[in-house]
Amino acid sequence: MLAAALRKELLLQWRSRGQMMAVFVFGAAALLLFSFAIGPNAHALRTFSAGFLWLGLLLSSTLTLAESFHAEMENRALEGLLLLPSDPRALYYAKAIANWLQLTILGCALVPVMVVLYDAGTTELLTLFAVIVLGTAGLSAPGTLYAAMTAQVKAKQTLLPLLLFPLIVPALLASVKATSLAITGDPMEQSRSWIVLLAAFDLIYWSLCGLLYGKVVEE
Amino acid sequence: MSEVSIDVEGVARRYGRRWALAGVTFHVPAATAMMVTGRNGAGKSTLFRVLATAIRPDRGSARVGGFDVVREREDVRRLTALLSHQNYLYETLTARENLQITVDHLGKGRNGIAGALEQVGLGARATDAVSTFSAGMRKRLSFARVLLQEPRVVLLDEPYGALDPPGFDLVDEVIAGLRRRGATILMATHQWERSAKLCDLALVLEEGRVAWTGPASEVLQHEVRG
Amino acid sequence: MFEMPKVSTSKTPYVFLALGAALFLFGSYWGLFVAPPAADMREVQRIMYVHVPTAWNWMLAVLFSFGCAVAFLFNNDSKWDARLEGGLEVGTLFAFLLCCQGAIWAKPTWGVWWDWDPRLTSTAVLLFAFLGILALRNFVEDPVKRAIWSAVATIIAAVDLPIVYMSVKWWNSLHQEQSTPQTVASPFHLPLRTNAFAVLFLMIGFIMLRSRVAAYRLRRELAAPPVRIGEEAGELV
Repeated sequence: MLAAALRKELLLQWRSRGQMMAVFVFGAAALLLFSFAIGPNAHALRTFSAGFLWLGLLLSSTLTLAESFHAEMENRALEGLLLLPSDPRALYYAKAIANWLQLTILGCALVPVMVVLYDAGTTELLTLFAVIVLGTAGLSAPGTLYAAMTAQVKAKQTLLPLLLFPLIVPALLASVKATSLAITGDPMEQSRSWIVLLAAFDLIYWSLCGLLYGKVVEE
Repeated sequence: MSEVSIDVEGVARRYGRRWALAGVTFHVPAATAMMVTGRNGAGKSTLFRVLATAIRPDRGSARVGGFDVVREREDVRRLTALLSHQNYLYETLTARENLQITVDHLGKGRNGIAGALEQVGLGARATDAVSTFSAGMRKRLSFARVLLQEPRVVLLDEPYGALDPPGFDLVDEVIAGLRRRGATILMATHQWERSAKLCDLALVLEEGRVAWTGPASEVLQHEVRG
Repeated sequence: MFEMPKVSTSKTPYVFLALGAALFLFGSYWGLFVAPPAADMREVQRIMYVHVPTAWNWMLAVLFSFGCAVAFLFNNDSKWDARLEGGLEVGTLFAFLLCCQGAIWAKPTWGVWWDWDPRLTSTAVLLFAFLGILALRNFVEDPVKRAIWSAVATIIAAVDLPIVYMSVKWWNSLHQEQSTPQTVASPFHLPLRTNAFAVLFLMIGFIMLRSRVAAYRLRRELAAPPVRIGEEAGELV
């Protein structure tokens, strides 16, 4: 059933790929605005480039996550699936994986923007990719759960960031730190500990949110 | 295939301060068809959603095929299919894709899809996105979705809604087909006369309670009108 | 089944509040005027007589909220939701107080209002998390959904607390040394413990009263059982 659910998620995402483009533009615009906020200070921009990348990604993620439930709520399709019956956990993991994929693509797409705007290039591409993969996983797991919740509520646009942002602070810290070390150099080999923290966060939340999802989507 | 009966015992369900169902008790024997009528807001949809396990009752109990709707929810879901006001469709996907999703999640093969689409008259529109469909076509697609689930209990909430006269005939055919296969059918409807011909039994709901039950042929003489 | 909670009318919370207030006056007087100043002769260290008790009790409030959330998900009893509401609000209040106390201590000591101390920073993150859950409760009208969702969100936030603490600690340790109001040697223990119990009693009293308010609201939101419920309306053969 996970395979069936995943196929559906990827199909839905492929159909709305135009929206992905729009979210990418939003993310790139955010990165641009950050540089205006700091000013033409090349050193400062380079030092904080990792922070800007992840903030831009975080803000964009609220759009992606909210959007991922739009199709489910329009005609109550999610309820339709649950009544077949479907295992809510399979539905959760399929959606979380699909969101994770989308955010990873977005993250990778924003890296060139970061490199150009902040002169923040790096040769540690593998590390950077690993951090993006693990960091977006940390956003996707609780994000998918909260998006499911807030999609059913009137004030959905404010509630999702309000609930998600405090929660993902550890993932944000670790991702920014590890990315920053990849860009500015890592003489003391610290990025490994941050990556381990990220992996632990991911493990805990992918399990916990999978367990709790059924409660959130069933009446 | 086995035939399934429905037992409802004192089921009540509230929405905030209002009891949509206020204590409903009835029994539907296996392989019979029962029409459920009543005014708008009498509780028909709520009752169907409870039986389909989409929502839980706040009081009382219900059993479908012997399975409790609260404690044995998955078993009830396997037996039932709900045709709801919400059509459970994905707007950006085609008719065929929507049905593929249904059978994939059920673990069934995809070979029945073409047949189901033909049966509901959507064969020519299989590859069109649902967003281009009219309300009547969406209803037909929802019917196809119900048929593919091969249910033993079919809960039809206003099956004639949004359909044109050929659509009405289609609904009658589908119901007849389901009955031939021994399914138990519950149908919420305002089409009293048409349904009375198809169904064995009738139930009239009024303000969340059972106002009258009896053979379908007698329902037209009943005082309370929808 | 999610039923209307019973509301107790006992005077116990008021007893707790009275006891707590009395102990707090006693403990604070001792801490402020009687106990000797800290080794480095800074008067602002006396804030620990309030700060440390608040911190201990805040953690208890978070633990209590987590417990109520888990209890609710297990047995669906609405009284746990009422208690959760009390725990969340009191926890939010205490987190806010902790941040204020931390700022009051930091300004004269370090010259800045906020010094990214791991414990206080984690408290601030949880403050925002709890505010988010309170906002969620505000926007969900159905009492059952509200209870389930707040329980889920509380569990997720509480599990996050140790992770946030660890990550901020690592993050901070690369830049500056730890800087918190230090707890110290024995002459200071008695006023500290007195205030710790004082704040505990105050907290218990507040949570009990706030839970009662929540229970009253639930009773108002849930309709009374319908008349003649379960009456048979006819049986078909």
